[in-house]
Amino acid sequence: MSVATERSASHFALVGTPNSGKTALFNALTGGRQKVANYPGVTVERKTGAIQTPAGNRVILIDLPGTYSLRGRSPDEEITRDVVLGHLTSEPTPDLLLCVADATNLRVALRLVIELKKVGRPLLLVLNMIDIARRRGIDIDLVKLSAELAVPVVTSVAVRRGGTEELLRCIDELIPAAQIHRENTWSPPSNSDLRAAQRESDRILNLAVGLPRRPDTLTTRIDAMLLHPVGGLLALLFLLFIMFQAVFAWARPLMDLISEGFEAMGGLVHDVLPDGLLQSFIQNGIISGVGNVIVFLPQILILFLFILLLEDLGYMARAAFLMDRIMGGAGLHGRAFIPLLSSFACAIPGIMATRVIDNRRDRLTTILVAPLMTCSARIPIYTLIISAFIPDKPVWGVVRLQGLVMFGLYAAGILSALGVSFVANYFFWRDNATPPFMLELPNYKIPRLRSVVIGVYTRAMMFLKRAGTTIFSMMVLIWFLASFPRPPLGATDPAINYSLAAVIGGWIEPLLAPVGFNWQISVALVPGMAAREVAVAALGTVYAIEGGKEAAAQIGQALAGKWSLATALALLVWYIFAPQCASTLAVIKRETGSWRWMAITFAYMLALAYVAAFITYHVSAALMG
Amino acid sequence: MHNDGPKSTRRGLPLGLARRGFRGRITTIEVGSGAHGLAAIELERRLLELGFVEDASVEVLHEGPLGHDPIAVRLNDTTIALRRREAMAVFVT
Repeated sequence: MSVATERSASHFALVGTPNSGKTALFNALTGGRQKVANYPGVTVERKTGAIQTPAGNRVILIDLPGTYSLRGRSPDEEITRDVVLGHLTSEPTPDLLLCVADATNLRVALRLVIELKKVGRPLLLVLNMIDIARRRGIDIDLVKLSAELAVPVVTSVAVRRGGTEELLRCIDELIPAAQIHRENTWSPPSNSDLRAAQRESDRILNLAVGLPRRPDTLTTRIDAMLLHPVGGLLALLFLLFIMFQAVFAWARPLMDLISEGFEAMGGLVHDVLPDGLLQSFIQNGIISGVGNVIVFLPQILILFLFILLLEDLGYMARAAFLMDRIMGGAGLHGRAFIPLLSSFACAIPGIMATRVIDNRRDRLTTILVAPLMTCSARIPIYTLIISAFIPDKPVWGVVRLQGLVMFGLYAAGILSALGVSFVANYFFWRDNATPPFMLELPNYKIPRLRSVVIGVYTRAMMFLKRAGTTIFSMMVLIWFLASFPRPPLGATDPAINYSLAAVIGGWIEPLLAPVGFNWQISVALVPGMAAREVAVAALGTVYAIEGGKEAAAQIGQALAGKWSLATALALLVWYIFAPQCASTLAVIKRETGSWRWMAITFAYMLALAYVAAFITYHVSAALMG
Repeated sequence: MHNDGPKSTRRGLPLGLARRGFRGRITTIEVGSGAHGLAAIELERRLLELGFVEDASVEVLHEGPLGHDPIAVRLNDTTIALRRREAMAVFVT
């Protein structure tokens, strides 16, 4: 959106401390008319939306990341500072700053207002959640507050229909004033500036706000249970169990429905179009390519529904509080817990969920290790090899060997994730300081469905639009590799054996021979880049076994006769680590905004896979004599 | 920032050593020479930004499940979670 095309509209920016209800207010004002993108070069979300005021004015609203000060100590806060000060060339300087404050918690917010006054832009203080403040008996003298601050003040209830009418009326009144800009006298506040501003804020609060004699204790009473050293952890575990169930099991029917739908569509194309390149492109390239992306959607929707509900409820900060020490040992932030847990279902929603971690360094470490969690796409490969090669005999009475191996694979994923995060902290961030864990525990609030739905919807659209294009083009590329050139007339081997995938498989085979992989495995790994479970079907194709996914048992029997146990174990271990998933890599590129982190993830996972498979192959070959 | 010894009684107790249920007022914010991830001035600034200033009232509401760390502190009307390591810079009586 360029400045020229929006000349007639005013540009207002929403600024506020974290937990001020700023995003809920933004959602209430703009509704579904939002654009979510990234600022150029950084991973910070840029959220804008147009509003039409009652008097017919058009205002472009920009939602800036929450901050306690304009000082800018994280990429998010730097964006807030640069937009407010008009330092970004890609962004028009806001005509007016809407400073959003939680009416029940004004102390720090007023200090921010005092700081923002120095910017010289017209300012409007929006006391959000005024309904909760009134219910609690907090008595705010708006006239006195406005006079003491020398800033107009308006109240709003973002989560109620009509709760923003007063604010919209006020915006209309202020549009003429928004043309007048005073000189910008802001400079980074020193510690004594901060102290002075906080004292001034406390003085104004004393004058203008009457607190109830008995403070609200509901949040404290709930926290006595949810932050209890034992009870709190049990409650968190229970909640995570429900969430894991939902993402893992509840999404399953929907996912099956989607993949069956796409398979049926592919079948239809297969029947209607004549055999040939076009048929293969539409059926195997486009339809299954799109299907492979869309199939993640139910998991993403459910996961974000949980995350946004917990965030709006105020529980996320508590989960981080409970997990901080436990995760901290491996150099992970308390908030990394939920993204990592979701990665057991699929790394894609997990990596997208790292947005809840506001510190860039903590977020990148989490993204780096998320693909090591055993995702559901590994299960078909694991079951195939385990059932073909591991005898189903009991160990220690009740435990069976096959289950034990499966458990070992999961454990290996978790332990390696902790190890990698520990090493990453040492390597990448040695020079950077450990970010302190300091955050506000907001009062519990009932989330509003509309705001949550808007949040889930924007996440889903973002996934479909942005990641979808990258993932889809990778799918088409992989189809191309597996289908070109076409087999010669009268060819007897499966078509894939004549393709570029076979050529690449031939190239990498000498590299993979030391880990015990034969030519067929090397070829199957190429289309297997589409998604881990695709490797099962690809192995079937290479060994010329018809029947696709249903033929897994047959493939297993065929493999049992053709591979040594050492090769099978090496392939199992390979799949714990190998970056065999183009979609995950695409999402890492998208979420970090850089090829660098994608390349680092690919390289370290590949290196781990190779070394681990090499050791496994040679140790087991030696043991078996 | 360097007067660690004799002044400590006048400064009061570091919040980082306070147990659950402690109530008091902030006497001063002074970052000692302990192993912090942040420069002393930066840590002081972050504490100030969250509202830890002299004379504010504090109450330790909750302690984390492992090693009683981190702590949740009622600071005037807000609740802030922080690690004991950083809370050592906040002195209370």
